[in-house]
This record gives sequence, C-alpha cells and structure tokens, in this order.
Amino acid sequence: MSAVHELDLRLEGVTKVYPGVVALDDVSLQIKAGEVIGLLGENGAGKSTLMKILGGLIAPTSGKIILDGQEYDGFDVKQSQQAGIAFVHQELNVFDNMDVSANIFLGREKVRGPLRLTDRKAMNDLARPLLERVGATFKPETMVSTLSLAERQLLEIAKALSVNARLVIMDEPTSSLTLSETNMLLKVIADLKTQGIAVVYISHRLSEVEECVDRAVVLRDGRNVGGLAREEVTHDAMIRMMIGRDLKSLYTPPAAPATKPILSVKNLSIKSKPDHTASFDLMAGEILGVAGLIGAGRTDLAEAIFGAGEKLGGEISLDGATLEIKSPSDAIAAGLYLVPEDRKRAGLILEFPTLENVTMASLPAYTTHGIVSQRRQMAVAEAQRKALGIKTHDVRSAASEMSGGNQQKVVLAKWLSMNPKVIIFDEPTRGIDVGAKAEIYGLMRSLADRGVGVMMISSDMEEVIGVSDRIVVMKDGVITGELPRLRFSESNVLNLAVGKVLEEA
Amino acid sequence: MQKKDIGLGVLIIVVGAIVYMRNPLFLSPINLGNTANLIGLFGLFAIGQGFVIMTGGIDLSVGSVIALLGVLFVDMVGEFGVPWPAAVAVTIGLGVLIGLAHGILITRFRLQPFVVTLCGLLIYRGIARGYTAESTAGFPFGSSYPQLEWLTIGRSFGVPHSFLAMLIVAAVMWVVLHHTVFGRHLCAVGKNEEAARFSGINTRFVTIAAYVICAVLASIAAIYFAMFTKSVQPSSHGNFYELYAIAAAVLGGCSLRGGEGSVIGIVLGAVLLQELQNLVNLLGIPSSLNFAVMGAVILMGVLADQQFAAYRSRKNTERALGLLQKQ
Repeated sequence: MSAVHELDLRLEGVTKVYPGVVALDDVSLQIKAGEVIGLLGENGAGKSTLMKILGGLIAPTSGKIILDGQEYDGFDVKQSQQAGIAFVHQELNVFDNMDVSANIFLGREKVRGPLRLTDRKAMNDLARPLLERVGATFKPETMVSTLSLAERQLLEIAKALSVNARLVIMDEPTSSLTLSETNMLLKVIADLKTQGIAVVYISHRLSEVEECVDRAVVLRDGRNVGGLAREEVTHDAMIRMMIGRDLKSLYTPPAAPATKPILSVKNLSIKSKPDHTASFDLMAGEILGVAGLIGAGRTDLAEAIFGAGEKLGGEISLDGATLEIKSPSDAIAAGLYLVPEDRKRAGLILEFPTLENVTMASLPAYTTHGIVSQRRQMAVAEAQRKALGIKTHDVRSAASEMSGGNQQKVVLAKWLSMNPKVIIFDEPTRGIDVGAKAEIYGLMRSLADRGVGVMMISSDMEEVIGVSDRIVVMKDGVITGELPRLRFSESNVLNLAVGKVLEEA
Repeated sequence: MQKKDIGLGVLIIVVGAIVYMRNPLFLSPINLGNTANLIGLFGLFAIGQGFVIMTGGIDLSVGSVIALLGVLFVDMVGEFGVPWPAAVAVTIGLGVLIGLAHGILITRFRLQPFVVTLCGLLIYRGIARGYTAESTAGFPFGSSYPQLEWLTIGRSFGVPHSFLAMLIVAAVMWVVLHHTVFGRHLCAVGKNEEAARFSGINTRFVTIAAYVICAVLASIAAIYFAMFTKSVQPSSHGNFYELYAIAAAVLGGCSLRGGEGSVIGIVLGAVLLQELQNLVNLLGIPSSLNFAVMGAVILMGVLADQQFAAYRSRKNTERALGLLQKQ
C-alpha cells in the first residue's frame, strides 16, 4: 500500500459549542502515519464529538482541520472518507444476514455484464488479501452470522482497509471481547502500524491502552489536558489526567456500619453460564459494588434476581424469608427493584410523560374504583421531582426531552415512590455527565442510610472503587472474591476479575 | 380530546358540508339514520381492532369472525330454535375463545400477530363455508324475534340502536383505555414492552386481553350484522371488514407501531369512512370507485398527520433549545 499518500492530519484549536454546552474547547491534535494514539477521557469528555468531527458528521464551531497541508473548516462525510478515515464502532455495523465479502463491499458492490449483476467472484478475490492482512481465519464466503464478535471486529477493520484507510478510529473495540480475542486485536493493531496506517484507539481499558499505544492524548471536559509519551503511559498517570483528582474522593462513608444481611443469594445459576453458580449476601444499609469484566454475567445475575431473566437454579431470600421470584412483578411486590443497564430499552418509556413513568410500576395504588387519579399521580411525581432534583419544566412532558442523568433519576423515582428494600443498579451512570453522576451517588448513599440494600453493578473502575462499601467480583457466573474497603485497589479488582487468587493481606 | 381527534372532526364536518352542498339529501333523516346504522356496525369492531393495534399487533381475522359467528348465530336461532339470549351468550363465548387462542399463540408461542390472524382469517372463513356447504344461512320465513330485533335493528327517536350500542361500547372502552390501570398498561406494552415488563407489568396478560376484547367486539358486531342483513352469505359476508377496522383505527390516530391511539379517534375514523361511502353514493360517483376514494382519503389523512407531527416535534425541539439557551 505504498501508493497511498502518507497521512498528515492536524486539528488546530477545534471548538464545538452546542446550545448550553461547550463539547470541545480549543483542542489541537496531530496524527501521523503509522502512529497508534490512545484517546482517553471520561464519558462526556468530548471524545465522541471529536470523532464525529473527523468523520464529517458534524462541523466544528471554530478551528481548523489541516489534512496533507490543506486547510479545512470542517469535513463532510465524503471528504472524510476520501481522506481515508475509517471507523470501527463500538456497536458493530455488520449485517449478519450476508456473507463477509458482501459486508466489505456493501454499497460499493462490484458488478459485471450489461445487467450489472453483482460479481461475487471479484469481490471474494478482493476480500481475501484484506482478510489475510488483518489475520482473519474466516473466508470471504463465510456468513457473518457464524462469526464471533471478535471476528466481526476484524471484518470491520478489513472493510476499513478496503477503502484504503490511512487512519482507523476504534471506539471501545474490545468492550465485548474476551481476553484472548482482545490480544488478537492488539496484534492486528500492531500490524496496521507496520503497514503505515494510523490508529486512534479509544478505550476505558487502560491496560490495553498501556500495551498498544505510542502515545496517549487525554480529554477532560472538552479540553485537551495533555499528552503522555510512550514511556509515560501508565495506569496512574492516565487516571490522574482523566479525572484530575484522586480516585477515592467520591466516597462518603455510611451513617452506620451495615451488619444485617437483607438479600441472600445462594447458588444462583444463570442461562449464559449454566454450569456455574453465584452466592453472596447484601447487607441492609450498604452499597455493594459488583465488579467484573463485560460478559462475566453480572447483568444476567441481576435480571435473574429481579425475575426479568431466566434463573436455572438457586435460592433468593429477602429479610431471611425465601422468595419465589418468577417475574419482575414478584420481585417488585417484595420490594426488590432493578434500575436496568439500558434505561431506554428497559428503564422507562421515553415517549411517556415523566409522571406516567414514575407511577408505572404501582399504578393500582393510584386508583379509586378502578379509575386512575391523575391528580395523585401528579402529586407523587412532583414530590419525586423535588426530592431527586429532576430537571424538567413539567412532569407531564415526555421523558425523551430530558438529559440522560435526569432520565435515570426518573427510573429511580419510579422505585423510590414505592417501598424499596433492595435496589439493584446496573451501570447506573452510563452515559451520564459528571455532575449528575455525583447526584446519583448521593442518592444511592442516602438510600443505603435509610436501610435499603444497594447493589451496584459497574464496569467503571473509578465508580466501583469510589462508591462501594464492599466489592464482590464476578467471573463467568461465579463470585470469585470479595474485597472490604481497606483492600480496594484496581489491581485487586482486576486480578479477581480475570480469575487470579489474591494473596491474603 | 386530542389534537388529532379535533382535526379529524373538522375533516368530517368539511367533507359533510361539501357533500350537503352538492346533494342536500345528505342531511335527510333517512340518509342520516342509515349512515348512523353503518357507523354503529363498523365502529363496534373498529374499537376492538384499535386496542389490538395499540399493543403493536393487528387482527386480520375480524371479517371472517363476523362471517363465521354470524352463520352460527343465525343457525342457532333460526334453525335450532335456541333462545336468542343463549345464542348471544354462546356467540360472545366463542368470541372470547377465538381471542384467547390468538393471544396465547402470539404471547406464549411468540408467533407474529399478522401470521396468527391471517391464518384465522382463512380458517374461520373456511369453516363458515364448509359448515353451510356454501349455502346462505337465514332465518325461517315469517319468523320474528321482537326483543332481539328491537335491540339490534330497532330505533329510538330515529336513532338506530346499533349506533347507540356502539356509543355505549365506545364510552366504556374510553374509560378503560384512558382511565384504568389496564388501559395505561396497554399503552405501555405497545410503546415499550421491555420497559413495561421491567416495571412489573404482566405484558402477556395485557396482550391477550387486547385480542380477547377485539374478538368479543367482533362477535357482538357479528350478531348486529346478522340481524341487519337477515341472512349470511358465508363466502362474502364480512369480506374486507378487517381492513375497514384497520383503516378506521389508523385514521383515528392509532400508530401501527403501537402505544398510541384514542377511542374517540377510532369512532371518528369509522364515521369518516362511512361518510366517504355515503359521498360516493350521493355524488353519483360509480360505486366501483368506492375503494379508490377511501384509499385516497386515508392516504391523504395519514400524510397530513405525519406532516403535522413533524411540525410539532420541530416546534418542541426549538422550544427545548430555547430553554437551554436561557439557562
């Protein structure tokens, strides 16, 4: 691919202002051929805005993009593609009803003959060397539905190469990969580098970043807060730059030490890990962090406890009494609630007014002779709005008009308007800005102090370590260890998450 | 009343005014009475269809249910001398069973509503034709059932009882949909079944109930239609009625994606459809163009609604942005 012009891409003083928010503030960045750059930052730090500018989806408010010596005020999608910028997204954009080569050439199909029929042979022949370059073992004719997630990722990279990409931007490419698949991907990145292709690697998995990047750039609150050279890229340095403060400053200790178990889970087995079982206790008044790698079965565990997912075996008891939970309504009747991982899918009905969302799980309580009283719904929703600081001009307006943090508060209000004994939070602050995060943590703590058992599943290390009173770590459907607050550390959590045994402290 | 309902009401009045100006017979008591009767008959099962559509489903079997239950009802009363209240109970009971079957196949066995009720459409029609051996089911010559006839085809002060029955059903269903827990749950399931389930709503029950409501209203409509036509021709009775019901529901603001709709809207949709039928007759348009006129009006209505909705959401976005900028 020596025919391809060497990449020289610079961003200078790029600023993007949305109404009320400065998403990017005077960011400069240079990307050169054959360079692997780690782009770091918390959610909402401006990473995706920056990537959208490079992809031509949005134009910067001010600043310049300089590509191969030519200045642009902003790209459009076509210019971005012509510049050889390709994306490998977190959510894969592959079609599993087609074969590999059809995916690679989607929208650019090779055709032959006067009828312009698709030329499968030509596409397969072109696809083969591309797949070889990314180290894929599958064939152009393979159906995508038979590929693993990691293989699909490789397919995406091959697709990027097929358009002569000079810069591949990978957004959380390993978030759903296993460890060995991740290692394979890191090798592919190293290969791309030797082929002179630049890679921007966005990931929260700092050990991967440490392993594969030539240098790191850190964004915080829309600003470029600095870079780290190869030898400076360490866990601690990255975290310090990303959050600009110490890890443990989030923590508020409980009002009183928690001693009495409120929820006991014994030998629970879940559908995705049928051969394994999990057991743990949750104390009344504590925040129990549940850590683990993605795919460890934490969400399945939570949904099985809540009755929304399948439970193959095991026993759940609440306040000492065994609970038979067959559906969410059983769990809800017992005071066991779940704030689900994907709030737009399972947490609330976006098109519905806030007040309907708040009262949805307990509507029968708002009726007189079978007729729902909107006045009472309104009163409760108003009370929750005030108590939780939900920012909306009217509880009768649709939840879709709110920010993510406020939507999450609405989900929480639904349960707080009832009588919680245990609340399971699954990734409670995903996609929520820093300020709202702190408010959610505060609410969790005040719940715990009221004697509620709070269980928090989180993949955000800072959050698990910063908020929990105790941490259990899960791997492949099994609780592999438990950490008291004194032993909290990223390495302890990670070691348990990958199945290592910790030495006794 | 929702904004959509008001828009539809205005459309009905405008179309009515135009027809009246071209042909004053439109507002004659005879024409109004006949049209009201048809509105009642079609409105009855359109409301049920609306409930199913609000769950995000569809019931294609309505016309065939009306034919099959109509044949059975006429036969029970006319042929076997079953007392009519018992025959009504049996007919409605069969409606419940049909609705349960649809609902269970859709929720427990996870079949698609379109497929389940398409099979229903074929099966019920086939049974009706097979049962009667293609012959028309009718009441014996000279027989009469004064109470049943008063309830179904009778009139009070010139208002057909079918129309009154529809109004009563509509009023009940309006309360059910807009003011009971079940109604809220129905909208929730139609809009986001997963979130509804995670809120502890028994989504299967809600869905099955919608299909039962639909089939029960179709069974009541079957009795009214049988009494209105006095005889039931099994291969043509009720043909395409499911499409009238779907059309009325869609005109009335039900989204085929589920979660949206109003009973008033569905009734107004049924009114507009019959008004258009009437328009074709009164304005001397060849009746063969009947469907074409209806299709064109529905298309325009839905298109206009779409444009309004887009306009409203643009306004909303602008307002939200304005609020943000003030902060």
